[in-house]
Amino acid sequence: MPALHALANPARFLKIARPLTAVFGWLGAALIAIGCWAGLTQTPPDYLQGESVRIMYVHVPAAWLGMGGWSGIAVSSIAFLVWRHPLAEIAARAIALPGAVFAAVCLATGAIWGRPTWGTYWQWDGRLTSMLLLFFVYLGYIALARADRERGGDGRIAALFGIAGTVLLPIIRYSVVWWNTLHQGASIGLTSSTIDRSILWPLPLMLGGFSFLFGAIVLMRMRTFLAVAKAEARMRRRARA
Amino acid sequence: MKAKHQRMWLVGAALLAIAVAALLALSGLQGQAAFFYAPSDVTPEVLRADRAVRLGGMVAGGSVVRAPDGVTVHFRVTDGRATTPVSFAGIVPDLFREGSGVVAEGRFRPDGSFVAANLLAKHDEKYMPPELAGKMHETKSLEQ
Repeated sequence: MPALHALANPARFLKIARPLTAVFGWLGAALIAIGCWAGLTQTPPDYLQGESVRIMYVHVPAAWLGMGGWSGIAVSSIAFLVWRHPLAEIAARAIALPGAVFAAVCLATGAIWGRPTWGTYWQWDGRLTSMLLLFFVYLGYIALARADRERGGDGRIAALFGIAGTVLLPIIRYSVVWWNTLHQGASIGLTSSTIDRSILWPLPLMLGGFSFLFGAIVLMRMRTFLAVAKAEARMRRRARA
Repeated sequence: MKAKHQRMWLVGAALLAIAVAALLALSGLQGQAAFFYAPSDVTPEVLRADRAVRLGGMVAGGSVVRAPDGVTVHFRVTDGRATTPVSFAGIVPDLFREGSGVVAEGRFRPDGSFVAANLLAKHDEKYMPPELAGKMHETKSLEQ
């Protein structure tokens, strides 16, 4: 905990965040470039789906980050509610937009992938529907956090919503296990995978690349929010003087 | 210090409630959230009601027969416990294969057979290159 408490100081956070943004951004771009090259040219097609299996290299990282983003919002919300960590509220708001974008990318690439493999862009199956709900919950969170801030709220309402929305994460994860769905079960477990190694290997590169990119966007947005807060405070001081 | 501990307990209780809610949703909706009926799920009630349903399962090996009219396909859908004969007139998805998953949208006939208006292919979570698949199991496609 002492490391997190040290980071609660915005000045100290900014000192680390500034160079880290560039490192994450370039690392993410490089990994995605390598991953795209490998996924498009170096891996064999699937025996059943053919070339369309390559959409996986975008779809799976987008899905993981769409869900990982909400986990980040939940953890930040808890940190804000329990420890009143001032940066946690900013972090949650910073995560919401890229999280929503990645959830949307997951849904879009899933639709494009579904057409040639399943024969449909969209079906109201458990996995697809629960992921769509997560996307809507992201939009709700963004609107709520913004409205709360504009009315001078302290961010507690948004934080409570951030925790409540977590209910969707296990539902998305286990929808393909507990319900019968059109979407297939999980291919990647903690220790093993049902994807052959020759097709699988660019996926960790893309996953790492997307994650670093996500981190860079979140850091960028957090710095923006801090700068805006600073400018607002200065303006208030000037108005008083 | 006391207020912080109280907040910690509250958040802990909220997380527990969320876990229980997710569990209840997953188990409670098991009947309603099912995307399709498996052949062994098909009860007389489902059969009697003349409504659009989805039937899902594996296309039984050796069951695909093309009718002489060239557009109608007859096959059997099985879930290992029960089997339902299905007929479909139209273009089947690329991934429609014997021994592979299928979801048929349509209606039951009084005799218990199923008339599909639309076919969706369902694939499993195993991805592998063609050379490996050829060695491991013989997948028969319709064209072969």
